[in-house]
Order: sequence, then structure tokens, then C-alpha cells
Amino acid sequence: MERKRKIITFILHIVLIIGAFVMVLPFLWMVLTALKTVSESTSMNPFVFFPKTMQWENFKIVIEQNDFIQLYFNTFAMMALRVFCAVLFSAMAAYAFARLEFPGKNFLFGLVLFQMMVPAQIFVVPQYLMVDKMGFRNTVFALVFPGLVSAFGTFLMRQFFMGLPKELEESARLDGCNIWQTFWKVMLPLTRSGLVALGIFTALFSFKDLMWPLIVNSNSDAATLSSALAKISSAYSVNYPQLMAAAVLAVWPMMLIYMVFQKQFIEGIATSGGKL
Amino acid sequence: MRRDYRRIFGKEWNTVKKVSKKTRNEWYWGWFMVAPTILGLIVLNIIPIFQTLYLSFFKSGAFGKGNIFVGLDNYKRMLSDGQVWHAVKNTIEYTCMVVPVTIVIALLMAVALNGKLKGKGIYRTIYFVPMVAAPAAVTMVWKWLYNSQYGLINHVLNKLGMDSVNWIDDPRVALISISIIGIWSTIGYSMVLLLAGLQEIPRDYYEASDIDGASKVKQFFSITVPLVSPTLFFVLVTSIITAMQVFDVIYMMIDVTSPSYDSTVSLVYLFYNNSFKYSDKGYGSAIVMLLLMIIMVITVIQTKLQKKWVNYM
Repeated sequence: MERKRKIITFILHIVLIIGAFVMVLPFLWMVLTALKTVSESTSMNPFVFFPKTMQWENFKIVIEQNDFIQLYFNTFAMMALRVFCAVLFSAMAAYAFARLEFPGKNFLFGLVLFQMMVPAQIFVVPQYLMVDKMGFRNTVFALVFPGLVSAFGTFLMRQFFMGLPKELEESARLDGCNIWQTFWKVMLPLTRSGLVALGIFTALFSFKDLMWPLIVNSNSDAATLSSALAKISSAYSVNYPQLMAAAVLAVWPMMLIYMVFQKQFIEGIATSGGKL
Repeated sequence: MRRDYRRIFGKEWNTVKKVSKKTRNEWYWGWFMVAPTILGLIVLNIIPIFQTLYLSFFKSGAFGKGNIFVGLDNYKRMLSDGQVWHAVKNTIEYTCMVVPVTIVIALLMAVALNGKLKGKGIYRTIYFVPMVAAPAAVTMVWKWLYNSQYGLINHVLNKLGMDSVNWIDDPRVALISISIIGIWSTIGYSMVLLLAGLQEIPRDYYEASDIDGASKVKQFFSITVPLVSPTLFFVLVTSIITAMQVFDVIYMMIDVTSPSYDSTVSLVYLFYNNSFKYSDKGYGSAIVMLLLMIIMVITVIQTKLQKKWVNYM
């Protein structure tokens, strides 16, 4: 029995390790290719797995030809502003929907639910026309625009507020806090795990978004990492090491953040899914 | 007498006013706090839905030359447009390939990692990695791996004595190649959600069935699956909706001129091309309305079927 269990555990590990290898392999290949010369990358006989000498120039060339500093700035400014707006406005609205009584509440919350049920592409053309009309194309504001408010965030945070005991609020109100103070000083700090989850969720999905930056910021100095890659991908088409260097440059910041905050990432995603 | 009345009414009036002042205060705060979100939703989402519907009845001239009302022509055109039918077929095929495979593998992995296995945290971290990489970058690497001449995958196939596969340009294979990327990048996400669902199942159930001598396979089907079914349902619904909106991977991998375009173009990719590449926002809007209708039909079917297999405790 003990022996059988050991064998099963062993097989399980083998399967999981193969799975893990498949998950990591593309990233490994990305880095290895980025450090090769062009002829190494296309050499078939012999097939080259590891570069002879690390070709760091690939990165240098890609950075010189594409203003990556600008791309990092655009991407992170967009992420930071979207996270800020989503977290602040969603928490405010969510508290009101969870704990306050006011006319029109159910109808307005219905709007929130309705937005969540509709595929997002339906908003894209009108949102683009608005940004265009306001003359904000190729700005950071344009990148943030569709994420100024978050129906998903409102729904998620409402779940968190509803899970808090009512007594807390009542005693805060007896202590003389007004509604805003009760929300801001007493209730909001208690939903920290929810705020973190929403922040991570918003940051991750705005980082990965491709279509909106592609549409709204067509100038290369206003692009995000994702939309710049789309252009680089067609411009460099056959210089695989440089293509992969660009991909590495686009991927590493989020990877690093993930490695540092992996617990918060995974728990954040799990709670944001679990609360729905 | 009169005075007394006045006093009584006055008092009553005051308390009524007092209560209503307090309630009214709550109303004002409520409206104030939902205002940014509601205004944002109205401007960014609610009005655009009607605008998209409205636009779908127009033919848009390039560069704002003005829209011409064409009634249902865009919808009629869709019915006879081969590309739209390709897109519907490709989108559904992609969803049918990606969702079941992802969920089955993710569930099995979640079950494996839910036990006392050593190093389960490391596995979880690694399986989630594709989720934090931008699809644009990920697709570039896969495209390179799939390269028919120099790609790693064909090299390995050749070493194993198999023929090279034209992963990207062969119209019969391309959608499968794209689905593989889709599966690879979403397994970790589904697994994390399912793992969270599995952790809610009380241990006692397994202990009790261990005593009864039930096998692990039996436990999986009679305890794990029914009890995790609410999470499974959520993952299924969100996976299907996300898969129906596939765009990034196909956009990065298949160019409009590619021989595989017809056999891989998705509804959203077609919407993007028509709205922004060919600047026919009217036709693009009609395509996105079609997507909305398809997703709504699928969601209604799912909620109907939900009662048959989902157990809420």
C-alpha cells in the first residue's frame, strides 16, 4: 500500500514536471534566441540550442530602434491610472450599493450587472469615436479612457463590503463618524484583500490588452508594450533574435512583479473569480 | 387650543423633518458615491451599446465623409458574406477545442495539487506564468517555435522521424496551432480558480469515503466533481465567453494575406478589420451585434443546463 502510494506520487511528479516544462519552454526559447546571432538562430545542421557567445547587442539594437523607455512609461502610466480609477470609484460605488439606501439603487446596480454581461467589443467603436472627437488620440488619457470606471470592480467590491459585519458601521456612526468617514476610515481598510485583488486584476488585464492601444494610439511613441510588439513583429519579420529580444523586453517587468508578489497574484485572481 | 395643536404639530413636523433629513443625507451620500461609476458607465458603456446598434444601420464613408442610412443592408450583407460564416465557424471551433481541453487538464492538475504533494506551490506558480505574459509577446514566441523551416517544434518532430508540419500557413492546421496557444495560456488561470473551489470541500467527505473503501477515481466523480461544480460552472461560462472573443493570438499570428486567414479569422478579428482596417464601422458594428447575439444565446443555454448538473450547497 505504502509502496503503491510512493509510485503514484512519483508518476504524478513526472507528469507535473513535464507540464511545468511545457509552460516554461517558450520563455526559455525566447531568452535563448534573443541571445543568438541570426545565423545561429536559423542554423539547422547543427541545430543550435545555446548561443556560443551571448549577443547582448540584440537588446541594444532593439532598444535603440524602438523607444522602450517611452513604451514602459506609457504602459505603466496606463496601468497605474486604470488601477487608481478602478479601485477608488469601484470602492465608493460598491459601498453605497452594499450598505446605503437611496432611490434608484436597484436600477443603477442593474446597469452595473448589464455592463458585465455584454462583450466589450461592442463599446470599442463609439469609445474610439469619442476619443477621436475630443482630440485625445495618441495620449495616455486615451489608453486609460475605457478603464475610468469598472463594473466588474464595483461588483467585486460590493461582495467584499457585504461580507463585513453591520455592527462595525453602527458603532462607527455612534462614535460620530459621518457616512464618508465610516466608509473611508472604518470599512475601506477592512476590504484590503479585495482592493489588492481588484488592483492586480486591473493591472494584469490592462497590461495584456492589445486591441484598444492598437486602435487609439497609432503613433509609435504613444504605443504600449503590447501594441508596439505588434508593429515590431511585422517590421523585423526575419530577424528572430531581435524579435525575441523585443518580446523579452516586453515580458520581463510583469514577470518580475509576478515573481515578487506571486502569492498576492494567485490569491487575487482566485478571490476575484471566487467572489463572482 | 390652537397653540397646543401648533406645538404638537410643530413637534411632529420637526421629528418628521429630522428623520427625513437623516435619510435624505444618506440618499445624497449614496448618489454621490455611485455618481462617478454610474456616469462613467453611461458614457462609456450604455450609450455606446445604442450607438453601435445605430451605426450598424449605416454604411460609413471613409474619413468621416458622412454615414449613409442603409437600413438592414449590413445584416443582409452579413448573411451572404462567406467571411462572416467562416468567422462564426472558426470562433465556435476554437471555443470547442480550447474550453474542454483547458478545463479537463486544469481540473486534473488542480486535484493533483490539492493534496499533500511536495512542491505544489512551485508547480502552481509555474503553471500560472503564461497568464502574466502579454499575448502579443507570447504569440511571437510561439510563431517562432512553429516556424516551418527553423522552428524548434519541427526540428524535434524531424528528430523523432516525423515530417515537418506547416503549423501556420497550412489552413487545415493553423486553427489547431492557435488553439494550442490558447490552451497553454489559460490552463493556469482555470487551475487557480478550480483550486480555490476545491479547497472549500470539507476533508471529512474524503475521509468518510476512504473508510467506505471508495477508490480515488470514484471519489473524483462522486465527491470532487459535484462539490466543485459551482466553480466549474463559473470557469466554464467565463472561459466560453473569453474564447468567443479571441483576437490577440490570431491577430499576431495570421495576417490578412495569409493563406490561413479564411480558416482562422475570428468574429472579433473580422470586426477589427472591418471597423479599423477598412474603416467600415457600420459593417463592423453589425458583426459585433452578431457576436452579442451568439454569446447571449450560449449564455441562456448554459443557465438552462446549469440546473441539470450544478450543485449549490
